[in-house]
Amino acid sequence: MAASAPAATVGAAAVWGQLMRQRRGLLGLGMIVVLALVAILAPWLAPHDPFSTSRNAFLPPGSAGHLLGTDHLGRDVLSGVIYGSRVSLIVGLAAAFTATVIGILIGAVSGFFGGLVDEILMRITELFQIIPRFVLALIVVAFFGSGLFNLILVIGILSWPQTARLVRSQFLRHRTLPYVDAARVLGMRPVRIIFREILPNVLAPVIVVASLDIAQAILLEASLGFFGLGDPNLRSWGGMLNTAQGFVQRAWWMSVFPGVAISLAVLGFNLFGDGLNDATDPRLRSGS
Amino acid sequence: MTASPPARSPGASGGDVVLELRAVTTEIRSTRGRVRPVDGVSLTVHAGEVVGVVGESGSGKSMTAFSVLQLFPTKAARVIAGEVLLAGRDLLTLRPEALRRVRGREVAMIFQDAASYLNPVLTVGAQIEQQLQAHDMARGAQVRVAELLRDVGLTPEVAKRYPHELSGGQCQRVGIASALACSPALVIADEPTTALDVTIQAQVLRLLARLQREHDLALLLITHDLGVVAEVCDRVYVMYAGQIVEEAPVERLFAEPQHPYTQGLLAGVLDLLDPKPIQAAIKGSVPDLRDPPSGCRFHPRCPHVMPRCSSDVPPLVLRGETRSACWLHDEADASQGTPT
Repeated sequence: MAASAPAATVGAAAVWGQLMRQRRGLLGLGMIVVLALVAILAPWLAPHDPFSTSRNAFLPPGSAGHLLGTDHLGRDVLSGVIYGSRVSLIVGLAAAFTATVIGILIGAVSGFFGGLVDEILMRITELFQIIPRFVLALIVVAFFGSGLFNLILVIGILSWPQTARLVRSQFLRHRTLPYVDAARVLGMRPVRIIFREILPNVLAPVIVVASLDIAQAILLEASLGFFGLGDPNLRSWGGMLNTAQGFVQRAWWMSVFPGVAISLAVLGFNLFGDGLNDATDPRLRSGS
Repeated sequence: MTASPPARSPGASGGDVVLELRAVTTEIRSTRGRVRPVDGVSLTVHAGEVVGVVGESGSGKSMTAFSVLQLFPTKAARVIAGEVLLAGRDLLTLRPEALRRVRGREVAMIFQDAASYLNPVLTVGAQIEQQLQAHDMARGAQVRVAELLRDVGLTPEVAKRYPHELSGGQCQRVGIASALACSPALVIADEPTTALDVTIQAQVLRLLARLQREHDLALLLITHDLGVVAEVCDRVYVMYAGQIVEEAPVERLFAEPQHPYTQGLLAGVLDLLDPKPIQAAIKGSVPDLRDPPSGCRFHPRCPHVMPRCSSDVPPLVLRGETRSACWLHDEADASQGTPT
């Protein structure tokens, strides 16, 4: 009867403090920061133009001026990896953002209003969940082209169901809480109750899922790139893997370094998401 | 049977009628049957008047309060008959959007467990601002918030605090500030002090009484606590099993309770002041409203039950300044020939 605040409720400052106290989340955050710095500072960090070819093809790692070697066209692998971080990061962030926005809208409406609306929206959500994401992404990109914008849109539109289900379940719980009754009694419209009263209460787990979505989006973008469906005008990790396919035995460095980059980026966001999850879960919080 | 001096008859105590319920019936439909927690309730609240509704838990007093704004804790509840007149306008006929505008702006509510009725992740200031924005009163909201907080005895700095940083009494003050934000004509308070410590109860009650006077509010106070009623109410309705059994000015109710149920309620309280051994409270419990007793609903528990009580429903009859629904008075009037 006394303190009936929902358990997930914690101030941003408290979450931050909690995150700082555990290694996993902190490590993930560190990896993300490095990734972001590399992406932002790419023009200054990259020793070469990632597109410029040279006669020095298949130089192994450690060659003068080419720390990670060169590919079959003599392009610097390190510069490619550095510039590739931009594509991964932009697609990851923007696609996860798109997915989160769609997921919040559908989940909130579904959970808040319930009934027939909920029924219909949840069946649509399930439809999106059972579609093999990768195959559909392949088809859509093949048809509509693989520009950066298309990639973001396709990945975003295929990634929202998890967020929607999470948000829905949270809204189902919250809509019966007294503070929502109070908002109704005080004459607030449903839109205001959904976005200004309930949403701030359920944002913590949504952010966790969003950070995991970023990792998934990066992976999906790389996979599309690997199948040759990345943005052809950009140097991306997936694209580099695609070109490296024919030279796995002759030039292992062409595939290993972009591969490691993908793994580290995905790992970083996953660690961060897990850490965030623990930090927002009061049951796992240490005393003090 | 009437012939009472018009000194302070129920209708003449305050100014204009702010709220009038006419034979309001609210029904809850469930798989186990239909229940009418509010069954033909009529009551009025005048401007500047504090009206109490008392009764045991299950008497329908809270459901009566919810019926005014037609917001119930369960979706299965609905007002099925009667009129809810707010300044003459029937709220039951309003469209949802018009009804929304009434909620919080013309009629506000204060709840029992104030802490849980506040949004845990919004600061106090943000919540009251939300309330103002919802009614297009966002301009100068911050100034208004500070003013409201001061009005309920809190410092304006409280606006930056979260509900979990406040005590129960402070939360209730915030709840009151939020209710008053849009200057409503009527405030409905549902057990506003029940969840608080006794000392805090007194403070909050005094605050409510002061604000009621200063803002000339009409206040409908739902409570089971007769002490609260004695302290702040002008007029009282006693509810039993979904119906009003007695209505009286507060001093008349305590001096001369007429309905046996009211007498029983008061006996339970007044014993504390009286060194006599504690009398038995009312025997039995509130009846199952899926199948209410015939005739007078109180008859299975009434110490003065007569044959007539189980067959005929007693009407509310005005005697002096009190209206009550009991066949006993009929008998008394018949034997004496004149009203008291």
